[in-house]
Amino acid sequence: MDTKAHTTQTPMRDHPATPRLTLAGVTKTFPGVRALHNVGLSLYPGQVTALIGENGAGKSTLVKILTGIYRPDAGTITVDGRQVSLASAHDAFEQGITAIHQETVLFDDLSVAENIFLGHAPRTRFGTIDWRAMRSRAAEVLKGMGAAHIDPDARLKDLGIANKHLVAVARAMSIDAQIVIMDEPTAALSAKEIEDLFELIDLLKREGKAILFISHKFDEIYRIAERYTVFRDGEMVGEGLLADASQNEIVKMMVGRAVDHIFPERQPQIGAPMLSVSDLSHPTEFDGISFELRKGEILGFYGLVGAGRSELMHAVFGITRTSRGTMTLDGAPVAPRSAAEAIEAGVVYVPEERGKQGVVIGMPIFKNVSLPSLKRTSKSGVLQLKEEFGLARKYTERLDLRASSLSQDVGTLSGGNQQKVVIAKWLATDPKVIILDEPTKGIDIGSKAAVHAFMAELVEQGLSVIMVSSELPEILGMSDRVVVMREGRIAAVYDNKGLDAVTLVQTAAGIAA
Amino acid sequence: MKTLAKHREIWLLAAIAGLVALISVRFPGFARPGNLATVFNDTSILMILALGQMVVILTRSIDLSMASNLAFTGMVVAMINAAFPAFPIPLLILVAIGVGLLLGALNGLLVWKLGIPPIVVTLGTLTIYRGATFLISGGAWVNADQMSPAFVGLQRMQLLGMPVLSWIAITVIALFFVLMSRTSVGRSFYAIGVNPTASVYAGIDVGRTKFLAFCLSGAVAGLCGYLWISRYVIASVEVANGYELNIIAACVIGGISIAGGIGSVAGAVLGALFLGIISTALPVINVSPFWQMAISGSAILLAVVLNARGERKQGRIILRKAEAA
Repeated sequence: MDTKAHTTQTPMRDHPATPRLTLAGVTKTFPGVRALHNVGLSLYPGQVTALIGENGAGKSTLVKILTGIYRPDAGTITVDGRQVSLASAHDAFEQGITAIHQETVLFDDLSVAENIFLGHAPRTRFGTIDWRAMRSRAAEVLKGMGAAHIDPDARLKDLGIANKHLVAVARAMSIDAQIVIMDEPTAALSAKEIEDLFELIDLLKREGKAILFISHKFDEIYRIAERYTVFRDGEMVGEGLLADASQNEIVKMMVGRAVDHIFPERQPQIGAPMLSVSDLSHPTEFDGISFELRKGEILGFYGLVGAGRSELMHAVFGITRTSRGTMTLDGAPVAPRSAAEAIEAGVVYVPEERGKQGVVIGMPIFKNVSLPSLKRTSKSGVLQLKEEFGLARKYTERLDLRASSLSQDVGTLSGGNQQKVVIAKWLATDPKVIILDEPTKGIDIGSKAAVHAFMAELVEQGLSVIMVSSELPEILGMSDRVVVMREGRIAAVYDNKGLDAVTLVQTAAGIAA
Repeated sequence: MKTLAKHREIWLLAAIAGLVALISVRFPGFARPGNLATVFNDTSILMILALGQMVVILTRSIDLSMASNLAFTGMVVAMINAAFPAFPIPLLILVAIGVGLLLGALNGLLVWKLGIPPIVVTLGTLTIYRGATFLISGGAWVNADQMSPAFVGLQRMQLLGMPVLSWIAITVIALFFVLMSRTSVGRSFYAIGVNPTASVYAGIDVGRTKFLAFCLSGAVAGLCGYLWISRYVIASVEVANGYELNIIAACVIGGISIAGGIGSVAGAVLGALFLGIISTALPVINVSPFWQMAISGSAILLAVVLNARGERKQGRIILRKAEAA
């Protein structure tokens, strides 16, 4: 990537000053995953820079580097012309960097004033906290931001999410932070609250703060930001003034990429409807969802984070209540009220978070595989270890699992092999419909290819697969049809013939082509 | 997990052997088989109780009410026996198990349906069950002379060279062994303790499984209610007061992780035996009761430290995965 263009040496037009913060050549690698590669970023005083990118583009890693949670493997960070090291959250604080997160990271059981002044509370002569000064200064700061309606003595947990954001901003003001990072601050806000937040951001701009604004929503970005920086797959692929770039140009920057691996060739044999979902609704997460999954089909579900895809799948799997709607599986109506009932009916769900939701670390491989099938591996209530081993062997061999023995603790396996154990576990239940939620998230390329090849094999054998994925190449490479969800509703269903990434992103983000 | 657990139990067995050897230096007769059988018999009730507690702890819960449950059930069966001496003893044992199970089920329901933390629920029922014992008895005792000879005598009967009490303990241990290693509910106790979220996706009802664990610990406490009263031939409100701590101590010494998910039947049994040996043997060789407490306490701390070391490695693996994701 060209990083010269955004150093301080080449001032561009409309720059009010030199950047307040500059990142150059920053690289961060986790075992098996390269999160950031040689990225740059500049934040200017009195301006909002929007950071744009797909899920997994490296935005969160960048925020963590800026707030001192992660240390970069390489690269420099410059604040006000001086190179700095952000080795801890405290260092970031000292440099005047503060972050406001999607879910605020404040203290629910402390008062508003305590939250604002935690770590830099005014002291009395004796070194104890000067409560009276703290309260009055908190009230002052809040009043200055037009948030005088917040009582400094209120418990934070009694405030709504919008007011919590205001407290987080007040905290930033009280420590005189010059660099404010907002990581999807509008995700949980109403339209009115978003407008209030934007007015506050305008105030911060007038005070000369440099703001990094992360959002998936293009209307917000164009409303509040002056500049943009686009990340893709951990690299910086474009930056500039929003006034010079159209939405479609930015979308193209987000999605354009070299294919990094070959998806399996398939001759889909699509049959009769297997799962029909009609008008499925949830009080807060999704509404009026209807779709059909056919035998032998891979149905991709694409959408932004928070579009309600996982929640919908939880409902199909019986672990989230629905308010309305019906489902038919293989011609018969189903209404699973628990995961056990869904598994019994032939629907299984392979969850997203392998560690938390997938394997039981500390248990051997064979016990993990048999866990949802215990009914079938026992005879009159007594488990048959031989059956369990047989089941585990059959499916782990098909998946080419690398393990020294089936009694090995799953915790000792690599991420990719753990993923195979999870898949083996679900296959062993002999399902009709298998829901894969982000099946290749966080695993290496080799394991990805194995999972994809295996998905192809599943549908070949007549299973039906729902694949929830935020990775465009995976959606385009594997799906027969793609359902795009936006804000809890189905935005469009596409046949995956000549479908392109730009269309998907535009649909998911609600941009007219 | 398997090899690690095996190691733990072998270490505990070695510690017990060392303890027996040490005591034998001062009291040569201690290691005689006949005497060891007596120690086993004396520890039977603690072993049974520890097994019930183990299941609860595996599910990331705790049952503080076991000793109170035992006192209440003991009082109930003692009063029945005093009022109707002809009531058949096997039936009375079933009554004891049933009453205990009901009290355990109440704990379980509060945990399952109301979502109250187990430590709070059972801290409450610890007091309630003890209070209820006072209410049904009016504070009066049931003495030895009010109990029928069959009531008192059953567990003392010799069968194949051992008292029936020992045989009951052996049977319970065997049942728990099968339950934990060979049934799906036994597997579920472990699964929800290690990873409750993954268990939900695997179709295991976490709340219901916890409820079953409390039913089991209650039933076991009920059985021990009869065994305790007929052994010490007195039923009073004060029976087994504070004994819940011994039960939990036996589990902790036996390598059952307070964080849930790790532990074995052998561990619980050996942990109880370790405590049993300390409490029966040390007085014989004139070790002061305060030293006994110090030794039990040190054993608990040592066990916790060893467990924590055993579990640390797994934590690292999870952490690395979480970062990479």
